[in-house]
Amino acid sequence: MNLLTLVLGIPLAGFLILLVLPKENYELIRRIALLVSVTAFFLSLGLVSPVWQAAPGDYALEVDAPWITTLRIHYHAGIDGISLWLVLLSTFLTPVCVLISWRSIASKVKGFFAFLLLLEFGLIGVFVSLDLFLFYVFWEVSLVPMYFLIGVWGHERRIYAAVKFFLYTMVGSLLMLVGIIWLYNRTGTFDLPAILGMISDGRLNLTHAEQIPLFLAFFLAFAIKVPIFPLHTWLPDAHVEAPSAGSVMLASVMLKMGTYGLVRFCLPLFPLASRACAPWIITLAIIGIIYGALVAMVQPNMKKLVAYSSVSHLGFVVLGVFSFTQIGMDGAVYQMLNHGVSTGALFVLVGYMYDRRHSLEIADYGGVATVAPWLSTAFMITMLASIGLPTLNNFIGEYLVLQGAAQENFTWAVFAAIGVILSACYMLWLYQRVFFGDTPEAVASHMSDLRIREMAAMVPLIVLMVWMGMASQTFLPSIGASTAAVIERTEAVKEIRVESGASLLAKVKEIWHAR
Amino acid sequence: MPVNFVPSGAEMLRILPEIILVLAGTLIMIMEPLTRPANKHFLGKFALASLFAALWGSVVAHANPGPAFQNMLIVDGFDTFFRILVIVVGILTVLASFQYLKREQSDSGEYYALILFSLVGQCVMAGANELIMVFIGLEISSIATYVLTGYLRDDKRANEAAIKYFLLGSFATAFLLYGIAWIYGLTGSTNLTEIRSALMDLQTSPSVMLVGTAAALMLVGFAFKVSAAPFQVWTPDVYQGAPAPVAAFLSTGPKAAAFAIFVRVYATAFDSISARWEPLIWISALLTMVIGNFAALVQNNIKRLLAYSSIAHAGYLLVAMTAHSEIGIAAIMFYLAAYALMNVGAFAIVAHFSRRRERYLQVEDLAGLGWKQPVTAGLFAIFLLSLIGVPLTAGFFGKFYIFKAALEADLLWLTILGLLTSAVAAYYYLRILVVMYMHEAGEPASTLPPPGAGLKTALWASAVGTLILGIFPSLVLDFAGRSATLLK
Repeated sequence: MNLLTLVLGIPLAGFLILLVLPKENYELIRRIALLVSVTAFFLSLGLVSPVWQAAPGDYALEVDAPWITTLRIHYHAGIDGISLWLVLLSTFLTPVCVLISWRSIASKVKGFFAFLLLLEFGLIGVFVSLDLFLFYVFWEVSLVPMYFLIGVWGHERRIYAAVKFFLYTMVGSLLMLVGIIWLYNRTGTFDLPAILGMISDGRLNLTHAEQIPLFLAFFLAFAIKVPIFPLHTWLPDAHVEAPSAGSVMLASVMLKMGTYGLVRFCLPLFPLASRACAPWIITLAIIGIIYGALVAMVQPNMKKLVAYSSVSHLGFVVLGVFSFTQIGMDGAVYQMLNHGVSTGALFVLVGYMYDRRHSLEIADYGGVATVAPWLSTAFMITMLASIGLPTLNNFIGEYLVLQGAAQENFTWAVFAAIGVILSACYMLWLYQRVFFGDTPEAVASHMSDLRIREMAAMVPLIVLMVWMGMASQTFLPSIGASTAAVIERTEAVKEIRVESGASLLAKVKEIWHAR
Repeated sequence: MPVNFVPSGAEMLRILPEIILVLAGTLIMIMEPLTRPANKHFLGKFALASLFAALWGSVVAHANPGPAFQNMLIVDGFDTFFRILVIVVGILTVLASFQYLKREQSDSGEYYALILFSLVGQCVMAGANELIMVFIGLEISSIATYVLTGYLRDDKRANEAAIKYFLLGSFATAFLLYGIAWIYGLTGSTNLTEIRSALMDLQTSPSVMLVGTAAALMLVGFAFKVSAAPFQVWTPDVYQGAPAPVAAFLSTGPKAAAFAIFVRVYATAFDSISARWEPLIWISALLTMVIGNFAALVQNNIKRLLAYSSIAHAGYLLVAMTAHSEIGIAAIMFYLAAYALMNVGAFAIVAHFSRRRERYLQVEDLAGLGWKQPVTAGLFAIFLLSLIGVPLTAGFFGKFYIFKAALEADLLWLTILGLLTSAVAAYYYLRILVVMYMHEAGEPASTLPPPGAGLKTALWASAVGTLILGIFPSLVLDFAGRSATLLK
């Protein structure tokens, strides 16, 4: 059996196993969920070397089996340097989520872990699909477990947040469905490599007028998911109301579905439109970077602060993608992973604090460092990673994105850099208010330090932050090989544009001389 | 040429399902007064057995395709598809009715006999190749369903619903009949194939104005039967008033048969004037989707909510009708099968949950069901997700195929607007899921008895069918596609 299919199938098998277990036996359910997710993670490590060995721009571990023959829909899966790491991120964070939910989820335990595994199945599926229909199926399927995770196990306004999350995403993805069907009717296939092949050898020639609406149909779905300003309003609600594990999966992996979609589908399929819309999208991304950071600064609620910081961080990713430079794109993909690790870790830690103090309000805390030193240390490292301190992961990603942006347009980099400064402001200020100062009685009596199980979830995250900051060469070469292929697909178009620009200039000169 | 009026053996085989159903229905009526009240449940089992026999009969009939009775009926793939579909709906309805009728203390043979008779009408509609047969089938089916709607005699609401359904239904059928008369006057025939060739022939073709008027008159009748806007007003009242299993039946069986004949008449006889009726159906499709989905948003009664949802789904089907292509027809067939499974399932759960005299019908009554009875609620969740159109369920693939057909026919705006209204629809189905899983359990959910064996079978069969059609749609799609090709 193909290893990729196995990695995809294990969470689904785990979901089905959990469904038939007796619902009273909490301990058994937790252990099986942990076992399944850890197995999936270790198996997914085996995906790395095939990708490293694959030729640049090729997919490793490809499987292509007919599924719905009437419409030539295939189960076509494969990974490259972009999807590999996102799959690993999903399989890595699921066991972490199982661990942090061990005690904090005390009711309806069976349902919770079942939905968590189903979510993992959906997320992996999104990243490995090379068939547009298959991609759409996973895209929507991952919505359902997340909807339940927020709606059933979330905080006070959970229902509102869950429904908003579902509807927002659904509206966007329906327009994408129109785009997918339109492409199918035009090409007769849902197969992404096949369609890309048609584009490069000229059998499918989408004009500018066709590309723009198609691009927008796909872009809207992805932009909602990222989320790109001004489509971000579902995000603070969903993040704040979700249980810790839900917030972690949402911020770390689900948002990446959007940016991944931009890189995998929008750019290669509609290069003309992507280039044409890039200035507008970059403007929105930069607004998002600064706006997200400013709003994060004034949040009284820790989770909301982290949520808005996500809006800001994801702006960097979008900026990197639409800079159309190799460095910027590498940085964007790397930043997806960094954000997944560091923001995931922030949500884990905020979740730990909520478990103890039962509050997310910053005002309810203070002086935590004196009563819970380990927790404070972990938070410190994570916070510094999130700010972008050199030697920790986010620095590399942000630096590459800024470098790429500067290559295209220096002004972009200047504005985006403001976001980096602001992120230091809100994070340090948060840290100061929560961990330093006097320790109120309520904090002193509730804030015990990290337990072994909690450490077990946190240590791998911190190790990864340092690793990704110090040894980015583990990741970047394979990412670079795949992003280069994406850029190449849009590069051909750029030449045309430059050419037409040059000819325009020549024409102007001609007219000038004629006068 | 002497005409042989004695039908051949092959012709008799071609109407085997109808023969079985009529005989069984009549037999039940005869046995009804001879059965002691304690043994009435036996009649239901007999009806069930006869339905399975009819299912077998449809397969036998399918093995002998061709016209029957001077071209009045035709047995082809299209006919077989709808025969099997309505008979399966019948089986599921009967299974879901055992417990319900016992609970309402109205277990009697009439109920089952009426369902069988109604199915006879629907089978005739599916195979009709002749406007008179269309009318006869429609009436056989309708009259039985009028009675079924008012089956709970002591229920005021049911009585009101039955009267309303009957009056409006007869009125709409009158339009249909008037249209048929016009067509007969214009072309000298009631046979679909002959009408087709009469209209195709430019020399003898009557004025498009007159034919268009006739087609429009018939459209009124069909639109009423499939509850398409602006003739949908009866639907919520009737579905709400009718006993829940009957509502399940009404929203799927007769609707499927009506669509079958709607498609056959318009795709065969009126094919050549499609430029005239396509815009009408375009408007009707959009209106139906908008009215159905937006009205459902504010419903608190689950039956009423499902009724409006049923209107909305008719709208999606009309989108495929507007596409007017083979893929469109295949999409209609697939969607009707998908819709039948998920909607019968949903209504069956409502029937079970509502308890005696249908006390618990508010959406809020379902509070906490998800954790009190995870299996029942889980099945309900599958039906609801399918109605929303979440992938891996039949509802998604059906919708996908419909909108694919529409895009292929360049109906871009209808597609976009239709999909957006279906996002609106997600809200009201999600509301049920919210109440079931995210609210604290209330008294109605805590006191729900587990479903009986018949109901359980029906629910599991529909849920498994919904998933199978969603994951492996080719099984049905290929057959639908082949039958659609043969239609012209």
